[in-house]
Amino acid sequence: MRLFTACSIIVACCSLARTAPPDNPIQVSEINAIIEQQWRDYEIRPAPEADDSTWCRRVYLDVIGRIPSLDELTEFVRDRSADKRQRLIDRLLDDDRYAEEYAGHWATVWSNILIGRSGGQQRNSLTDHDGMMKYLRDSFAANKPYNQMVYELVTAEGTTKPGTEGFNGATNFLADKVNSEDGVLATSSTSRIFLGLQVQCTQCHNHPFNQWKQQRFWDFNAFFRQTRALRRYVSGTRDIAFAELVNEDFAGQARDPSDAMIFYELRNGLVKSAYPVFIDDTAIGVSGYVSDVNRREELGRLMMDSPYLDKMMVNRFWAHFLGHAFTKPVDDLGPHNVPSHPVLLDYLAGEVRKHSHDVKQLIRWIVLSRPYQLSARHTASNEVDDPSIGETPKFSHFYLRQMTAEQLYQSLVAASGATAAGSYERQEQERRKWLQQFVVAFGTDEGDEATTFNGSIPQALMLFNGDLTKEAISDRDGGFIKRVIADRKSSRDRVSHLFLAGLSRTPSRDELNIAAQLLAARGGDEVSMLQDMWWAIINSNEFILQH
Amino acid sequence: MSQLWMPTPNGMSRRHFATHLAGSAAMASTALSFGGAIAANADELRKNRKSAILLWMGGGPSTIDLWDLKPGAATGGPFRPISSSGEAQISEHLPLVAQQMHHLSVVRSMSTREADHNRGRYYMHTGYVPNPNIEHPGYGSVVAHELFEQRPELQIPPFVSVGGASVGPGFLGMAWAPFSVSSNGRIRNLDMRLDDTRLMQRVAALDLIESNFVKRTRSGPAAAGSPAGEHQKVLRKTLDLMTSDQMKAFKVEQEPDEVKERYGTSGFGQGCLLARRLVEAGVPFIEVDLGGWDNHSGIFDILVDRKLPELDQAMSALVEDLAQRELLQDTAVIWMGEFGRTPRINQGAGRDHWARSWSVVAGGAGLKGGLAIGETSRDGTEVETEPYSSEDLMATVCKGLGISLDTTYTSKNGRPMKIAGGGKVIRELLA
Repeated sequence: MRLFTACSIIVACCSLARTAPPDNPIQVSEINAIIEQQWRDYEIRPAPEADDSTWCRRVYLDVIGRIPSLDELTEFVRDRSADKRQRLIDRLLDDDRYAEEYAGHWATVWSNILIGRSGGQQRNSLTDHDGMMKYLRDSFAANKPYNQMVYELVTAEGTTKPGTEGFNGATNFLADKVNSEDGVLATSSTSRIFLGLQVQCTQCHNHPFNQWKQQRFWDFNAFFRQTRALRRYVSGTRDIAFAELVNEDFAGQARDPSDAMIFYELRNGLVKSAYPVFIDDTAIGVSGYVSDVNRREELGRLMMDSPYLDKMMVNRFWAHFLGHAFTKPVDDLGPHNVPSHPVLLDYLAGEVRKHSHDVKQLIRWIVLSRPYQLSARHTASNEVDDPSIGETPKFSHFYLRQMTAEQLYQSLVAASGATAAGSYERQEQERRKWLQQFVVAFGTDEGDEATTFNGSIPQALMLFNGDLTKEAISDRDGGFIKRVIADRKSSRDRVSHLFLAGLSRTPSRDELNIAAQLLAARGGDEVSMLQDMWWAIINSNEFILQH
Repeated sequence: MSQLWMPTPNGMSRRHFATHLAGSAAMASTALSFGGAIAANADELRKNRKSAILLWMGGGPSTIDLWDLKPGAATGGPFRPISSSGEAQISEHLPLVAQQMHHLSVVRSMSTREADHNRGRYYMHTGYVPNPNIEHPGYGSVVAHELFEQRPELQIPPFVSVGGASVGPGFLGMAWAPFSVSSNGRIRNLDMRLDDTRLMQRVAALDLIESNFVKRTRSGPAAAGSPAGEHQKVLRKTLDLMTSDQMKAFKVEQEPDEVKERYGTSGFGQGCLLARRLVEAGVPFIEVDLGGWDNHSGIFDILVDRKLPELDQAMSALVEDLAQRELLQDTAVIWMGEFGRTPRINQGAGRDHWARSWSVVAGGAGLKGGLAIGETSRDGTEVETEPYSSEDLMATVCKGLGISLDTTYTSKNGRPMKIAGGGKVIRELLA
């Protein structure tokens, strides 16, 4: 009867009026004050606070990348303390039992940003996906300051593949971006991802909507010109085993290493020269000799000091948790693109710098802030707050958004133990293979990609009929369904168990009714009924949407 | 509690069965409504049924080396022009396409502004430049949306994207999203291996959970357009497709060997063949992707060795086959990428992004074939006749497909938007 106790506690807690929890960090009150002021300005009444079990599911998904288990949910809901939400976030961030999942989740999120889901998948790719993941896992596990991580990614030297001599996983960010076209891709990716400056259009001409001039692009590009990714082959073959990212003396296009300038061409055919100059006009030495000037290290140092780096960090983490950044797109902080909450963005950017770019601190501030406590209810009183129709976000209700493919995978694995047994490598391989089915490349040299895990039919088919679902609803001995049968005494309890495990809530009366009808239709075969119900739950909008 | 379940008659089409589901209350009537399986007169329906096939050249194809050659100019590159069955001279490396050019016209006076891949892809697919506040629907979604009503018998998605992702449905909603399949037509996870009755009962439970969630998160008429409501619509389309005989259109492998060989065994070749099958099945819009045109270095070798032979074989086969089957008169074929490439040849024997003067190719469905429309300067760097845009091309295609250019959508924020971005028709191209 453990379950029923849990259910009744869930109901009881939801109806308890909790007093404002004490000791929120000051940053949380600042966020709240700015956000609430805007609600008043727009005469918006925010959605009510999300109940504990909804919030618990939300925070597990965002912080460690999967939904909570029934035990974890129960533990949280049973907690009667006023600061239970703080305690949960502390647990997810700092408790050893979540360290691996936390690091794995954020490594996945950042690997997708840095090299894309298809990074390292093509035969001739110089990127090693495992190497990228290893570096990121270690970084997030150690809670490495964000600006230090950026510095390491931008300046990395060494080999890409774990286990090789001189391995440095951080090299994988640039390994595929420096060799072709004079490092154009390294230039545009580094400035866009870490500084929020969209420069790809200015490569060929001065862009009318973008104050970045063509000169700026090539000035920035000059920082990467000492860098090469060298191919290392499997001995006796032409297959690339791994790559090594190195800095070499650069003679420049006038063939004078002591004055290593580069040339670029204007659209009218005029040729101009460029040297490494940072976005704030700081110039560095013009020598191309690495012993004189290590251009990427200079760039890394300048970036660490740039306020754009702080803003970009805040904007990205905010978007991760609240579903919309302060700008759209998240990685365009250019002057033409005014943020929805400029004061808040500046404030938080200042705070992350004061707090040594501590990732976990920033997560704490956001997760404890009022907008993150709100339910997803979108009603007449917050009708105007609808970013999906192009309104700037007011964060007056939680924006529904689909889980990522990675979150879905981890959640299904966690909820019903649907996974391949075996070593970490084997499981990681399985996961990667499964994820690849959704990746579609655009056929450009820039490696652009899209995902069909976007709420369209292929995704629906996968969840209807795919192997992962078959495994999740399997009636094999020791499988999830059989365990629910063994652990729970009544049919009703078993159905409740499914709803709590999948949706973090108990079933409604009509949902229990339909389960009873299903049981009758299955001729009283409870295993079959539970399979049907579990299938329906994991295929529902409520399961797939972060809410 | 009453017994609500009804068995599905075996072998009966389950078309739209999901559409009739709206929670458990509808379960009683569900099975009964299957009885009216649509016994359509295929020939009757096929008459005047328009479709469009977009051959999308991802990466930005070098149209100065394919359709608008500049022999003798410094920018001209090594390829020589050859005569075709239409008025346009085209690249010597497209000899098979040259024989089909009486069906197709080259528009040599495209002049656009977006020379970044993402922006160009969006613009050429929607007729709008990217705007952070609104997501415009791609042409595929628009055409599917406009022509869907003509084909009540269609059970498979009205917009299929073969071998690529295309561009999304924007504010039209996920129900109009491209259905992405690989070029061999294989579709993953299609089969549930579950009997019909049990599938329906599962779906009824699912539908109840879905509807409850929609009610909890969104009130009023807007609920249907919310993410939760969109999910419901996609599930219905998925069920329609899973249970449809029309899915056999995707089985390219069932074509005779000589047909497969005519299109070529490349992914793009098989994709073009799949496109023809889908046109026959009544799908209004199919996009077939051929990537790899982003040739910043070594462009001429890549074109001669790889891209042009693949394109030549598949594109010529598609046009010829459509014409022979008398489908071309109702099927628009459009060839384009996100932009062209610089007339200037760079230091690495490549060409870079160039949007100011480039070409597209179009024909079929109300469009004239055999023409060379517009002109560029002697070195290809300027358009010298009236310049055309993505909107103009799309307006012309819409006209050819019988879609009114007065069609206006209202975006979710209430802004009216003309179909094809309000483009003006390219007169010469219209039959």
